[in-house]
Amino acid sequence: MADKLPSEFDVIVIGTGLPESIVAAACSRSGQSVLHVDSRSYYGGNWAGFNFSELLSWIKKYQEESDVGVDWAACQELILETEEAIVLTKKDQTIQHVEVICYVTQDSDDHIEKVGALEKNPVSVMSPRPNDPLITMYTACSDTSELPLPHSESETALEGPEVDVMLEKEYHENYTEFSQSALEPEKAENVPIIEDVAATPKKKRITYSQIIKEGRKFNIDLTSKLLYSRGLLIDLLIKSNVSRYAEFKNVTRILGYQEENVLLVPCSRADVFNSKKLTMVEKRMLMKFLTFCLDYEQHPDEYKAYEESTFSEYLKTQKLTPNLRHFVLHSMAMISETSSSTLDGLRETRNFLQCLGQYGNTPFLFPLYGQGEIPQGFCRMCAVFGGTYCLNHEVQCLVVDKESGKCKAIIDRTGQRINAKYFIVEDSCLSEKTCSNVTYKQISRAVLITDLSILKADSDQHISILTMPSIDPGSAPVRLIELCSSTMTCMEGTYLVHLTCASSKKTAREDLELVVQKLFTPYTEVELDKREQEKPNLLWALYFNMRDSSGINRDSYSDLPSNMYICSGPDCFLGSEHAVKQAQTFFQHILPNEEFCPPPPNPEDIIFDGDSGQPEILASKPDTAEEVTGQRNQEEHAPE
Amino acid sequence: MHGRLKVKTTEEQAEAKRAEREQKLKLYREATEAIFQKRQEGQLDESVLELTSQILGANPDFATLWNCRREVLMRLETQKPPEEFAALVAAELGFLESCLRVNPKSYGTWHHRCWLLGRLPEPNWARELELCAKFLEADERNFHCWDYRRFVAQRAAVPPAEELAFTDSLITRNFSNYSSWHYRSCLLPKLQPLPDAQPPGRLPEDILLRELELVQNAFFTDPNDQSAWFYHRWLLGRADPQDAIRCLHVSRNEACLTVCFSRPIIVGPGIETVMLLVDESPLPVEWRTPDGKKRPNHVWLCDLPADSFNDQDSQHSFFLMWGDVQKECVLYKGRKESWCRDSATDEQLFRTELSVEKSTVLQSELESCKELQDLEPDNKWCLLTIILLMRALDPLVYEKDTLKYFQTLKVADPMRASYLDDLRSKFLMENHILKMEYAEVRVLDLSYKDLTVLCHLDQLLLVTHLNLSHNLLRSLPPALAMLRCLEVLQADGNAIETVEGVVNLPRLRELSLCDNCLQHPSVLQPLASCPKLSLLSLERNPLCQLEAAPEELRVLLPDVDRILT
Repeated sequence: MADKLPSEFDVIVIGTGLPESIVAAACSRSGQSVLHVDSRSYYGGNWAGFNFSELLSWIKKYQEESDVGVDWAACQELILETEEAIVLTKKDQTIQHVEVICYVTQDSDDHIEKVGALEKNPVSVMSPRPNDPLITMYTACSDTSELPLPHSESETALEGPEVDVMLEKEYHENYTEFSQSALEPEKAENVPIIEDVAATPKKKRITYSQIIKEGRKFNIDLTSKLLYSRGLLIDLLIKSNVSRYAEFKNVTRILGYQEENVLLVPCSRADVFNSKKLTMVEKRMLMKFLTFCLDYEQHPDEYKAYEESTFSEYLKTQKLTPNLRHFVLHSMAMISETSSSTLDGLRETRNFLQCLGQYGNTPFLFPLYGQGEIPQGFCRMCAVFGGTYCLNHEVQCLVVDKESGKCKAIIDRTGQRINAKYFIVEDSCLSEKTCSNVTYKQISRAVLITDLSILKADSDQHISILTMPSIDPGSAPVRLIELCSSTMTCMEGTYLVHLTCASSKKTAREDLELVVQKLFTPYTEVELDKREQEKPNLLWALYFNMRDSSGINRDSYSDLPSNMYICSGPDCFLGSEHAVKQAQTFFQHILPNEEFCPPPPNPEDIIFDGDSGQPEILASKPDTAEEVTGQRNQEEHAPE
Repeated sequence: MHGRLKVKTTEEQAEAKRAEREQKLKLYREATEAIFQKRQEGQLDESVLELTSQILGANPDFATLWNCRREVLMRLETQKPPEEFAALVAAELGFLESCLRVNPKSYGTWHHRCWLLGRLPEPNWARELELCAKFLEADERNFHCWDYRRFVAQRAAVPPAEELAFTDSLITRNFSNYSSWHYRSCLLPKLQPLPDAQPPGRLPEDILLRELELVQNAFFTDPNDQSAWFYHRWLLGRADPQDAIRCLHVSRNEACLTVCFSRPIIVGPGIETVMLLVDESPLPVEWRTPDGKKRPNHVWLCDLPADSFNDQDSQHSFFLMWGDVQKECVLYKGRKESWCRDSATDEQLFRTELSVEKSTVLQSELESCKELQDLEPDNKWCLLTIILLMRALDPLVYEKDTLKYFQTLKVADPMRASYLDDLRSKFLMENHILKMEYAEVRVLDLSYKDLTVLCHLDQLLLVTHLNLSHNLLRSLPPALAMLRCLEVLQADGNAIETVEGVVNLPRLRELSLCDNCLQHPSVLQPLASCPKLSLLSLERNPLCQLEAAPEELRVLLPDVDRILT
């Protein structure tokens, strides 16, 4: 190989997810030489964000089954007799049950055939077909058994969207007139209206080809999280100055769901003051309870007797109306109704309140261009302090010295052996053998593209978070984050909706579909069910399960060398506290006497004397698939 | 370790900083000197603008330099062609904005902007309103900016409704905003002209109800935020009472006319002119206060010359004019005295804290406050408001309740215990004055009331017998001298140390001061000015222990027949 990596590093980090990137940045900042590799072509692992076409490729990748064998011959030569290998997996098993449903009809000729073909049996195409390299898609709504298919001919499918969308607009205007005769929905049927509408197209229609065309406006995160404005991650971003690589917006609305309605939750003092929904007495009760939560530890008498009971039981003993209890439990504490204790609830409510008002009227921040920006920011910091980056760079195995039981080196896919003192490895790289004793939880995710906000307001640029309480016992509450186009995550006129919950059923779709049905109307259903007019239309949906490797004890992995650290993938909590804590713990193991990500020095205070302190720069050869980057050309390789 | 950045040490950093500061200070001093030099030489040109802008740009609170700039601008206005001067003004406005960014709360900068805008022939007020909105966006409680906004809105004749909407938006963001509430209180009365019948400064009921709801939202959300309570008090308060002559009293024996005005004034040429007509012809008189001090006072009196009234005519009329108001009183033949007065009960004088708005509004306010008090039993603002509302509704009916709430309030707010005691004393005295007037007597018994202070003594001009015994009084204050008709005063069992107010009381016969804290006979000196005093009881006072006391008292008060020690 013409461009070989240096053969010695202090720390090798495999995987570019958030905790790995933080450890890499912290080590590099403290003067360690860091090699950071990822077998994927993008940064972030399961923390990544994609534009629409990148996401489609990602989906395709997980719907294909391919496994590349390890080139053992090349490896074996590099392993000494006193050493053994820990083989890393080639196949990512953290993503499962990927399902895509396209509700908007495609209006380009290429797709019509496929749409027509799938409609013959829409229910059966829910799961990905290994033989179909394209995305599974169909136009019918998910619950097709009850509703007739709107377009059984490909011809109507072609004309469909134009009429549908305009019809909806027209319908809004006529709705009041028709409301009197709402009991006879037949009367309001579309035939006369369609003629009217065809002459005056009003609403900008959104088609699949438009989504494809404006695909670069999307930044779709695999993991949907927010930053608590006084959380560990924000503190770290500020302290380490990584915050300069990202921009943030305050989440604008906290929403609640009650009696089939989406409501605004008053959580700040100004919200309570302005709320028209709360009575005076409710205002006082709520403020009183929240004030108490802020320093509940100073008043143990108030909750001591309820330490054993659940938080929802405890709330019942407070002078709070059912409305207010619901808001506190689901929208502020955001914990389980059935299993979370009083102390958990008080702690989480306090955390929520403490973050309130820091940057705005809600406790949360969202990074522009998506959560996927955050791991990249830390990678950039690592590179600035001399870290070496290689994407598309698989590692075949780790080499362990039999006698000391310590890991000594990695062998990459080019067959180069690179030595290091410490090894940080993302959980998803580990082989089944290493993880044979580990039981993983699953996270269920859905990504939706919609045309309206779930709660209409004066402005269409809101960032909202909604916690849907568990619908049936045994299932977990679902967290929904709705992003508007000004967050730079979706095209104008659309909303990007992320749903996340701990998995309790077989697939993500089974876990989440009920919630999706409650809040959204599948696009083609518009003209059929008038009562659903107020709900946003679903244009496109993606469901998948992601492995939750958080909270796994180190001892559960088989035969880990003492200088090898396993980073978890994303958990299903709202914040990223776990990733930060994990990164800090690993860093303190490696460099017990060093400060964790101290603020970078003021540019004026840096003394430049020749080349000392400047890391050597590695040139990448354009025709090799792998990318080798040093600090100078880091930016070119950072994904969009 | 390799790969580490080399960074200056803290000592190096500190040294670099110090050198930088020194350089800055040198420049600052040089520029200041240069400016003063030029000013002294009368060299008021653009170079002064340049120099002052260097300093004011860094420190906008250098008031003298703003004066300098004003001098320069005024001079240049006369020298420059209008286009050039307009350019200068535009630059000045830009410069002011940059100074405000350095310190958005600089008195000098805002004042300079006011001055400049006030002089412009065609000021761009819309731009100024935008500027205010921007600065209030950054800090919604910047009262400097609020002040400037009021100036701009007034000059630009912005409709009050628009400004009201603006205060709405800021209150929505953060209701803890005195400036915004205050501005509302200025705007609301201007919103629509009121019928003449309504007292000036009051609101029509629909607006009042809307405002009450808004402010209730605020204090139910955070009952510890004073700003809302203050606004609430304004909403229920009433405009300043109009000037009036409350009482006119003529005494034949003392040949004296006494007047009680609705507010403390100084009667005298060039201050407050008062004209007296006796039997329809003007009579020049010398006005004085009861205690002889020329200070603002409710009560003023004058001696009447013997020939101005005699007992031959069947009656004499006394007509007094003070500005627009007047009062007349007639002394009939054979009568020793005569008076004419406004009754406290008719005028509802003691409801001044809160208005006489429709009592349903007050009643529902009282209900919500009581509801809030159930939730927040220790909230002092809520308790105080309940007391005030009860007094506004009916001071006598609610007397017992009010006293109970005072007790709770004192426990909730021990820091203000003495203030509350005084307030309670005031309310109790008001109640007793009302009761006395209803009974149509001139005797007032205030014994055993835990009074700490005496109030409304101007209302007691006609009282002949006053019992203040067994209270917590520490003095008989100068205002007591207003009780010109007082004959018997009992003040036993207090903690009285001084009696300054028992002075010049023409009719006082008996004074009882047993069980008090009078330390020395000399404190009784003022009593010597009461010509009719014949019985003085001083038992069980510290001065009784003094051996020389009886003798000293006899010397001090030779005209008093009996002094009991």
